[in-house]
Amino acid sequence: MTEHTLAMDILQYTISGLTVGVIYAMVALGYNIIYNVTEIINFAQGEFVMLGGLFAAFFVGTFGMPIHFAFFSAVFTTACVGLIMERFVIRRARNTGVLSLIIITIAISIMLKGSAMLWWGKDPYSLPPFSSGGPIMIGGAALQPQALWIFGVSALVVLLLTLFFRRSVYGKAMLACADNPGAARMVGIPVRQMVLLSFILSAAIGAAAGVVITPISMMEYDRGAMLGLKGFGAAVLGGLGQFFGALVAGAILGLAESFCAGYLSSGYKDAVALVLLLLALFFKPEGIFGSGEAAKLKKF
Amino acid sequence: MLKVKSVHTYYGNIHALKGVSLHVRPGETVALIGANGAGKSTIVNTICGQIKPLKGRIEFQGQPIEGLAPEEIVRRGIALVPEGRQIFATLTVESNLEMGGFVHRNNHRQVREDMTRMYDRFPILRQRSRQLAGTLSGGEQQMLAISRALMSRPQLLVLDEPSMGLAPLIVREIFSIIEELRREGRTILLIEQNARAALQIADRGYVLETGKVVLQGEGNTLLEHREVQRAYLGKGAGQIVDA
Repeated sequence: MTEHTLAMDILQYTISGLTVGVIYAMVALGYNIIYNVTEIINFAQGEFVMLGGLFAAFFVGTFGMPIHFAFFSAVFTTACVGLIMERFVIRRARNTGVLSLIIITIAISIMLKGSAMLWWGKDPYSLPPFSSGGPIMIGGAALQPQALWIFGVSALVVLLLTLFFRRSVYGKAMLACADNPGAARMVGIPVRQMVLLSFILSAAIGAAAGVVITPISMMEYDRGAMLGLKGFGAAVLGGLGQFFGALVAGAILGLAESFCAGYLSSGYKDAVALVLLLLALFFKPEGIFGSGEAAKLKKF
Repeated sequence: MLKVKSVHTYYGNIHALKGVSLHVRPGETVALIGANGAGKSTIVNTICGQIKPLKGRIEFQGQPIEGLAPEEIVRRGIALVPEGRQIFATLTVESNLEMGGFVHRNNHRQVREDMTRMYDRFPILRQRSRQLAGTLSGGEQQMLAISRALMSRPQLLVLDEPSMGLAPLIVREIFSIIEELRREGRTILLIEQNARAALQIADRGYVLETGKVVLQGEGNTLLEHREVQRAYLGKGAGQIVDA
């Protein structure tokens, strides 16, 4: 009987760990896109997730939109926030160097958080799940149907992004901008448009993550910072700029958290991500899937 | 084809170009020589749109191009092989070439064909097509930089210090590549510190000193010119030193 319960526990922790891990992975993807193009770490990435969830709740609650429609509206609105952030803040400061720009993103994240608090208040908001139905029981563990949506949406995002950066000329042009913006302009790539595109893409992906997670874990104005931090951990652990790495590292992070909460104490849960991040930085700064060769060729 | 008319350019408050005029005719190879700090790279950067000139005009195929964005100038038909090569080190060799053809991105077949042409010209690049460009040797990177520039099918090819930082043997190879491009009838503006090699393959040359053109003429004439020999070829008072 005890053995049976143990197996059930492990399965349950795995399911919930992977669910949250996928969200971290999507946040990490957002970091990677902007980093790939600009070498900026956008610390407002977590706020995009928060905005996605809250906008969706707003569209459903105030306008009575159906959830799927609210999903796309929230993603679109947050993408516009990303656009405004690049067009009116980052672009004006683009001559100041990467480090200053990173600090500016921290300022933007504080502003977004403050605005969200004024607009939505401090209460958490919820969303109806994307599809109705009770939890699916697998070997005694419960799987929320919403978790399947989370897996599906993130799998689609990863697939599309990988194709975009590997195959499309615009994806490669974005990578070229990251590598050498001066040379990119000299071959005729409009660098500014590529940077703008990277912010829009990142905001949209962050928002998508925010909308799909809200039915499970709710969303409030100050969730962005922690999600952003965990996502950053996943991005570094997987190797900055590596999409597949972000996915695996996100899953590892989610699982580690979930098992720590289950077997040690849920109080240490948030420390797990930080410990893994530190371990990665100490022993393998290029990340699990980062290529040391490519890392050496990078400036930052 | 290209006309630079009394261009003044400032770097901050350094008056880097003090009324430089030069021109390049179709099919010509023109060398621009001068010592470090003479303003050679400033001319390149001004032509290619990285710096705006304060005064003067730059015309390309009859159209004024001064002050246009670099990406627009590429579209008009000027391609640069930049100083220090500036290849995309973290991209594969193949992606570098593809990026060179960015302005023709909607004509996929042309880009593919041009890529094959570059691989035929430099078989070593075909062998390394899947490698990251940063792992290539200096000479290979220079070949890649030249191929990348050619991918945009330029009317005018500008080479900024193509021999810089390369071993003598490789320098010879790079110059024979430029010679070949010249024989194909391409229009080339060659900026070089290696005055002898540059003037040997050039139809005409300009000598730049502290932001001004101090001498101009046919490549061979300049090679024979006493002032050029003394200042740039290391030949003085009866002794001949082979650089």
